[in-house]
Amino acid sequence: MTTTAPRGTGAVTPGRGDGGPAPRRAAIRARHLRTDRWWLQPLITVVVLLSFVVYSSFRAFQNAYYFAEPYISPFYSPCITTGCEGDTFPEFFTGPSFISPAIYILVIPLGLRATCYYYRKAYYRSFWLSPPACAVGEPHKRYTGESRPPLLIQNLHRYALYGALLFNVILTYDAILGFRDETGEWGHMGVGTLVLLANAALLWLYSLSCHSCRHIVGGRLNHFSKHPLRYKAWTQVSKLNASHAKFAWLSLFSVAIADAYVFLLATGTITDFRFF
Amino acid sequence: MTYAASFRVWRGDVTGGDLQDFTVDVNEGEVVLDVIHRLQATQAGDLAVRWNCKAGKCGSCSAEINGRPRLMCMTRMSTFGEGDTVTVTPLRTFPVIRDLVTDVSYNYDKAAQIPAFNPRPREADGSHRMQQVDVERSQEFRKCIECFLCQDTCHVIRDHEGNKGAFAGPRYLIRLAELDMHPLDVTDRRDAAQDDFGLGYCNITKCCSEVCPEGIHLTDNGIIPLKERVVDRRFDPLTWLGSKIGRRPKD
Ligand code: SF4
Ligand code: SF4
Ligand code: FES
Ligand code: FES
Repeated sequence: MTTTAPRGTGAVTPGRGDGGPAPRRAAIRARHLRTDRWWLQPLITVVVLLSFVVYSSFRAFQNAYYFAEPYISPFYSPCITTGCEGDTFPEFFTGPSFISPAIYILVIPLGLRATCYYYRKAYYRSFWLSPPACAVGEPHKRYTGESRPPLLIQNLHRYALYGALLFNVILTYDAILGFRDETGEWGHMGVGTLVLLANAALLWLYSLSCHSCRHIVGGRLNHFSKHPLRYKAWTQVSKLNASHAKFAWLSLFSVAIADAYVFLLATGTITDFRFF
Repeated sequence: MTYAASFRVWRGDVTGGDLQDFTVDVNEGEVVLDVIHRLQATQAGDLAVRWNCKAGKCGSCSAEINGRPRLMCMTRMSTFGEGDTVTVTPLRTFPVIRDLVTDVSYNYDKAAQIPAFNPRPREADGSHRMQQVDVERSQEFRKCIECFLCQDTCHVIRDHEGNKGAFAGPRYLIRLAELDMHPLDVTDRRDAAQDDFGLGYCNITKCCSEVCPEGIHLTDNGIIPLKERVVDRRFDPLTWLGSKIGRRPKD
């Protein structure tokens, strides 16, 4: 017969908080012993995310060059004030002229990405260094993660998703408006149309592959067999979900590229190549 | 093809220890555990190391190799260059007993605290029936070999000894997810996941998924779905309302 030590005689008494006796771990001085370039990934993340933040802030505050008939920049759509260039969306109110129309709608895409499970991983690792890479010590003395405010708010991610799905409909509509020419005549198409379409498609892929979406369409069920349609939907979303990180990056780039394209058109730097 | 490899192995116990250098023969096709055994047989007869199956199935030979939590029996020597020094240390997160052997009873304590499987009553003919599609998700987590590499790498306890009381670690978060998703189980563990097992401490940085030798998607398929289930119960006013007025049966 094998005898085992009684429960609870291990090194850690469950329920113990901070402090307490020395942990009796192996004495290894180095913060980590990794020999690979573990710092590369967080470094790239910081550079790319910071560049995007700088570029998008500049464009959002610029309040100009975001519309070039028939295209509108995704940073400014839906454009809901009377100060808007172009006429792509109902104008609901007149805001102070120093506030760019992009600011009112920023909360939805920003909220989605800031609370996205993938971006959380990316910025906790690369900006907060918690941890910078696996098995590399983090610099913080204390850590409570997402167990208390303010980070408890991450749990509202699904509401940002609902808003983003609505925005996807609007941006798809914008892309369809791209099938007109400068005079509003339908049945035309240019490079800009493709740019907006690709952007809308990537945004759909990004939000449909979302973890909350996966949960809502079927993940919350315990008996798939009783809900065959939701099971099918869950299976499809699960497939997309495996590439969520990829869609997160691709859609980030496509938004910036679509905006830059409209910017270049609006400033007259380039002209839109028209297929027909 | 035999060559002489440089190894650095941590040797010591609770009172202290250090990395020791060895030069040891390595043959073609060998894994790190083979080399550790050769050290034991030829140069360091009292080197303590835990192992059983040598097939990546018992979860005993967990250690850190060049700073990364891995199974020694599943780490091929061919992944290193012949000139590389291979550093082998015990799991950092748990108290050391001697050399490469650590005391992993933290994990058994946590396992014992999880509310046990509680199936609904049997059907009239005395059987428990469930559909394969319903139980499939839980089965992914049954592949776990309890090597505790995920527990070792999780920064919540690796870097913060003080969190061990409040946080059960990824292996037990997926155990909670497994039971919560199970088609027969009727216990609601969502409050316990948040309050007693520290689900909120996990910041989904996915190191557990990176090290799991069984390739279990701990974060994507276990911890995040569990977080979403907790949101249903605790943080989403709509699902909360739905459950109050009986529009949302738990199924
Ligand atoms: S994803 Fe969560 S549980 Fe897994 S290692 Fe990271 S913090 Fe720990
Ligand atoms: S989940 Fe994977 S890494 Fe964690 S104990 Fe089980 S097999 Fe090991
Ligand atoms: S958008 Fe990334 S998880 Fe929801
Ligand atoms: S000896 Fe069994 S997993 Fe390595």
